[in-house]
Amino acid sequence: MAETEGVRRRDFINIAAVSAAGVAGVGIVIPLISQMSASADVLAASSTEIDISAIQPGQAIKAIFRKQPVFVRNLTPKEIEEADAVDTASLRDPQTLAERTKEGKENWLITMGVCTHLGCVPLGAGEGEIKGEFGGYFCPCHGSSYDTAARIRKGPAPKNLEVPEYEFTSDTVVQIG
Amino acid sequence: MSFPWANEYKPSHPFMQWMDERLPLPRLVYNSVGGGYPVPRNLNYFWNFGFLALICLTIQIVTGIVMAMHYAANTAVAFDTIEMTVRDVNWGWLMRYMHANGASAFFVVIYVHIFRGFFYGSYKAPREMVWLLGVVIFLLMMATAFMGYVLPWGQMSFWGAKVITGLFGAIPFVGEPLQQWLLGGFAPDNAALNRFFSLHYLLPFVIVGVVVLHIWALHIPGSSNPTGVEVKTESDTVPFYPYYIAKDGWAVGAFLFLMAVAVFYFPNALGHPDNYIPANPMSTPAHIVPEWYFWPFYAILRAFTQDFFFIPAKLMGVLAMFGAILVWFFLPWLDKSPVRSGAYRPLYRKFFWVLVVDMLVLFYCGGAAAAEPYVMISQLAALYYFAHFLIIVPIISAIEKPLPLPYSITEAVLGDDDAAQLAPAANA
Repeated sequence: MAETEGVRRRDFINIAAVSAAGVAGVGIVIPLISQMSASADVLAASSTEIDISAIQPGQAIKAIFRKQPVFVRNLTPKEIEEADAVDTASLRDPQTLAERTKEGKENWLITMGVCTHLGCVPLGAGEGEIKGEFGGYFCPCHGSSYDTAARIRKGPAPKNLEVPEYEFTSDTVVQIG
Repeated sequence: MSFPWANEYKPSHPFMQWMDERLPLPRLVYNSVGGGYPVPRNLNYFWNFGFLALICLTIQIVTGIVMAMHYAANTAVAFDTIEMTVRDVNWGWLMRYMHANGASAFFVVIYVHIFRGFFYGSYKAPREMVWLLGVVIFLLMMATAFMGYVLPWGQMSFWGAKVITGLFGAIPFVGEPLQQWLLGGFAPDNAALNRFFSLHYLLPFVIVGVVVLHIWALHIPGSSNPTGVEVKTESDTVPFYPYYIAKDGWAVGAFLFLMAVAVFYFPNALGHPDNYIPANPMSTPAHIVPEWYFWPFYAILRAFTQDFFFIPAKLMGVLAMFGAILVWFFLPWLDKSPVRSGAYRPLYRKFFWVLVVDMLVLFYCGGAAAAEPYVMISQLAALYYFAHFLIIVPIISAIEKPLPLPYSITEAVLGDDDAAQLAPAANA
């Protein structure tokens, strides 16, 4: 062919066809990947109201938030003292008890009951469960120990037990989420 | 591809001739697992385990398809449909226990198969591709077995799923969104159970595909053998059929006998009692362990309890656990010794057995509680595990003085007198 320079009609068609196929390929991959994400019913705003009036100092309860356990713990003055006595600089995830509770409600420790290592439910919230050597929570899966502010002190977990979004709607009711 | 003296496929029946000209499938079978595939004459019983693995895969697929006919992947009923299968479905108990124990049997067989490869240097040139594909199969097996264990939706199922998907949460930045994407939610639930069922049904067929490639890659250079000396003449080989079909058949009989003992007399011996408790997202079992075949790697995961410079302990554990298998991909290039077989490598042989003991120690620690002294022992054993592959094996291959190799397989089998070397092939 005489036409050896410039863009030939055939080159244009070739590039256009391959590009269209590429766009179509990406277009179909997006829904295929996205369909695996949490669906609308799972994401639907879920908030949980908990009545905490019956929880005595030293006691804790397990509630459910987003199909995962939440620990609500009424700390004793001794437990608060123990948590405040720790030098935060020595912690893996430095936080004070005050930063992990609401002002004036320092005795109410509300955290997810999900170990930050691999997601087991730590022991220590239920009656008679072992609390580990730091008096807070103990994860039986891989031996992470949390203190009375639910801060990681020993074991493989990288972070303190997560404090979810919550607010006190009255003195005896807390809304999580 | 094969040796020049391989028997040629010659169909005698007119229909088979007609078929051979149109779709030479019988020819492919003949050349792959029939009289047309010459195999070293000196294979020992460890070479039966590849065939046994194929039998295990077949058992898992057949019993698995049957199980799927009675199972429902819904968190409300999944646990009950398994119990219903065992109690109410005709022969359901047999299918269920063959499938559950078949998974364990598969891993027993595959571990022997892998360690056969370690000892006899099966991963070395020209069989690197066979080895790499084998590691891929092992990874697929682990994924399939893990997802299968989740399906009964018992306590161990649920918490196993939570812990293993939690591994992905350790990846920096993308970890948490990735974990939620894998689960389709914040914790294992209906979405996760359904996709695990879908993938548990799919992956075995992917394994079949990779097994075909594994055998294809094997049949290019031909099977290795206990001397590690390559085939030289026809007298070094015998045809796969009837010789190794018969020997593999014997091994299958012995295997099925042991399998029957497990299925009929100890069907739950390798299971965990907690998995007969329906899944409860609010309560973790006191002692959570994966199935026994994951214990060595689980021990490595748990061995990391301290942050390592800027890398969190959790991420280190995850990386080490995956690294423990990924390091196998590099083995053909870490072991530079030209001698394949451990039988002629006095130093390597010793460290091979140390590795076996090390794996058994990790195995024991992986099944034990997450407490001292097991954490400390796991740390030492995990350290040695990586040292074996990354330090010891390369050093051995540099300094070792191997024993003299036999001239040929025939000589190794029959001695070194002239008559033996000239002996005709057994199939001639």
